[in-house]
Amino acid sequence: MTDNELIWRIAGGSGDGIDSTSQNFAKALMRSGLHVFTHRHYPSRIRGGHTYVEVRAKDEQVQSRGDGYNFLLALGDSFARNPQDEAYYGKEELKPLYENFDDLREGGVLLYDEGLLDEEDVDEIELEEHAEENGWHVVPMDLRGIAKEHGREIMRNTAGIGATAAILDIGTEEFEELIEQNMSGDMQEANLNVLQDAYEAASELDIDHDIDVPSGSHDEEQVILSGSNAISYGALDEGCRFISGYPMTPWTDVFTIMSQHLPEFGGISEQVEDEIAAAALALGASHMGVKSMSGSSGGGFALMSEPLGLAEMTETPIVLVEAMRAGPSTGMPTKPEQADLEHVLYTSQGDSARVVFAPANIRECYTQTRAAFRIAYEYQIPAIVVYDQKIQGELRNMPASHFDEQANSDPGSVLTEEEIAEAAHHSSGKFQRFLHEPEDGSNVSPRSVPGQKDGRYLATGNEHNPSGHISEDPENRIAQMERRLNKLDDIRADLDENASHQTYYGPEDAEHGVLVWGSQQDTAFEAVDRLNENGHSVKALGVSDMMPYPVEEVSEWLDSVDQVLVVEMNATAQFRGLTQKEIGKYGDKMSSLLKYNGNPFEPAEIVDGFESSINGEELAATNMKYLPAAGD
Amino acid sequence: MSAFSAIGDDREIDRDEFTPGIEPQATWCPGCGDFGVLKALKQAMPEVGRNPDEVALFTGIGCSGKLNSYFNSYGFHTIHGRSLPVARAAKLANPDVEVIAAGGDGDGYGIGGNHLIHTARENHDMTYIVFNNEIFGLTKGQTSPTSPKGHKSKTQPHGSAKSPIRPLSQSLNAGATYIARTAAVNPNQAKEIIAEAIEHDGFAHIDFLTQCPTWNKDAKHYVPYTDVQQSDEFDFDLSDRAEAAEMMRKTEERLYEGEVLTGRMYVEDERPSYGAEKRAIGEMPEEPLAERYFDEDAEWERTYDNLLEHHK
Repeated sequence: MTDNELIWRIAGGSGDGIDSTSQNFAKALMRSGLHVFTHRHYPSRIRGGHTYVEVRAKDEQVQSRGDGYNFLLALGDSFARNPQDEAYYGKEELKPLYENFDDLREGGVLLYDEGLLDEEDVDEIELEEHAEENGWHVVPMDLRGIAKEHGREIMRNTAGIGATAAILDIGTEEFEELIEQNMSGDMQEANLNVLQDAYEAASELDIDHDIDVPSGSHDEEQVILSGSNAISYGALDEGCRFISGYPMTPWTDVFTIMSQHLPEFGGISEQVEDEIAAAALALGASHMGVKSMSGSSGGGFALMSEPLGLAEMTETPIVLVEAMRAGPSTGMPTKPEQADLEHVLYTSQGDSARVVFAPANIRECYTQTRAAFRIAYEYQIPAIVVYDQKIQGELRNMPASHFDEQANSDPGSVLTEEEIAEAAHHSSGKFQRFLHEPEDGSNVSPRSVPGQKDGRYLATGNEHNPSGHISEDPENRIAQMERRLNKLDDIRADLDENASHQTYYGPEDAEHGVLVWGSQQDTAFEAVDRLNENGHSVKALGVSDMMPYPVEEVSEWLDSVDQVLVVEMNATAQFRGLTQKEIGKYGDKMSSLLKYNGNPFEPAEIVDGFESSINGEELAATNMKYLPAAGD
Repeated sequence: MSAFSAIGDDREIDRDEFTPGIEPQATWCPGCGDFGVLKALKQAMPEVGRNPDEVALFTGIGCSGKLNSYFNSYGFHTIHGRSLPVARAAKLANPDVEVIAAGGDGDGYGIGGNHLIHTARENHDMTYIVFNNEIFGLTKGQTSPTSPKGHKSKTQPHGSAKSPIRPLSQSLNAGATYIARTAAVNPNQAKEIIAEAIEHDGFAHIDFLTQCPTWNKDAKHYVPYTDVQQSDEFDFDLSDRAEAAEMMRKTEERLYEGEVLTGRMYVEDERPSYGAEKRAIGEMPEEPLAERYFDEDAEWERTYDNLLEHHK
């Protein structure tokens, strides 16, 4: 276990304010100079049901959720009691307490709200026994009572924060400031009082524990935000002014954030009847020259495959976001998985070309969404940003300066009327929208938009000739197909030159490798650090470009290591399969560590998995799967 | 020069401008009613004073989707049943462009039925022409949502057990503000209705009866027809929902009894279009969004400080 870190877990019922409380807690720690990272776990249920959020804080950049945790604030589930008695709820109010026993580290602190949980019930779950076994410091406090004294039960979250601050000896200053910023009037005053009362009550308890909360300071101003925030801000900065969508977890987050901000930016948001319509609207706006996006999660994205193909055939730029959750079908709506990779790469009929980026963390969510828009509008091709439920909801701090303030209003490959007037014309005066060989030698034939003088053309999902008319002429077919498909090579070259999205980690001359993509990247990097501390020689490569695939970069890296463990959150090793397909060799070097139980990897699991694979042992853990190398 | 100088010129428009310079290969059968739609649409354009560059025509898949090939304007031949959602966003992105959508009865009332309900509900400012020949033509004669009950086809050899959809009543219920039925056999009425629909500020749905000489020989029953506006028998208030609903019920019933009633069925001028509603509540900019990308003076600096402040 790593020392000098706090991993604070707040657990309660869905709808109890666990999320907002944890956000404030993380923000307060960040303001005090620490680096923070949050991990969310929630059920597919609106009110009630066990949910928790972890906040990990260190004095250096935090890469992942870490392993286990050392402080539990168990609030109980206030929605557990069923007034109608129509369905069985069991002892659900206790779940936030006993369902979190597994990962609480030895010597950890367990603070629970005895105001909500009956003493006999707590006895039943043999808390004392567990505590003794693990050296836990159990602190029952009547948080609900403290909150009620000042008016409202719901403020027991604030009481929990006050008590936490006292037990960890971190003071209440930052929390007070946040309450003052976020609330006003009576609510502000009541919450400040609750915070203070709980702080004082907990201070008197004098609990002796070993958790050493680090202290630190930041060189520059920090912000704390989620992957969904970062994708949205990336889109806004790159000139996206139209979004259309249909709600689906976890995509809804980006859709919500964009809908809230687009009007301030002079843009338009549309919630529509289904995902086919959503993608079709984005195409319609883009056809008119407005940078547009849509998105969904697995099942909703499946509906978008036809408009996606239309975007490819008509060369209408569009950016789609695919927020993965566990599948197949409706799967597990609130649990992460990386199992839609093949879906986003290959969905839609015909030989199709699209760009797929898989950001690995919140920082990349911003930069790669910007790249997706730039590429889509320069090359007239659909671009997909695929990420998952894990990055969607987790919060992480980073320098505010990371959010480059340069907004990009460039319309991409749209001509002005002057340029249309100068462009190559058909004998009939028709604008040549889909030239076989664009004049600048690229594969991009510049476009016009409706309303422009003499720019008329037909955009059609049928194969078409240069002026857009439907054509089944074999020679035209070859010319158009090749020009569309060859854009991927141009884009590969563009990315190599301007924005390589692959991340190299660890000692260059390491013997072994960990290959990883998307949300599991930074966790794997933390595991690589530990493996090297354990005396192994390991480096890692995080790949973020899925299509076009960075064949050269990955080949060279694979060439430089003996054995590679590919880490991903699905059951069928989709990314390893993609790598093998694209590179066509090194299949005998790559084995897989897979996890698909609904929870992302913890660094220790990757360490264990790696060591087992190196030693040729079977995996001890039953929540993961090892898939040996398959050959080329 | 403005970014969209084709928009709003006041020169005289000639219907021939809407004929493509190069004739596309004909894919409509000789005698197809779709030619009637094309002709009426071309004739309506000079009446509304729109030139080819300021018109965007969105079609679905099927014979109706070929309309783009014969009509010279900006065109987007989309996917089966999806012309409306593509067209809707186009109108929001640039309200100055005249947006017209077209589909067939399978395309518009079958696979795209959901979109019709929602486009009508939202009252987007556009014209939607559905080529209704009661048959799937391009896929060679299957039963469509408007085929009569008992209609026999290769896919329903025992005769369809389904009653036909009632497109006019459905649009009225959904919220369309201009609803009419016309027929390819009456070019004058068709032209007038299309021109009116284009000028209508809101969602205009035209159920356009066409004949399919290849797959639906019964199409001949569209002749003769009765213009409800010219007949004393059907004196009803076009702007009264209840009277319009009753008229549509009659129209839709009698169609399958062999009497074709055409004309304007419902016209509501009071309700603002969706774009106007969206602008009124601050969800849509006053100026066309598409203009901003060409406007060098447009303010692209974001209010980012405000956004990030929340995260500090």
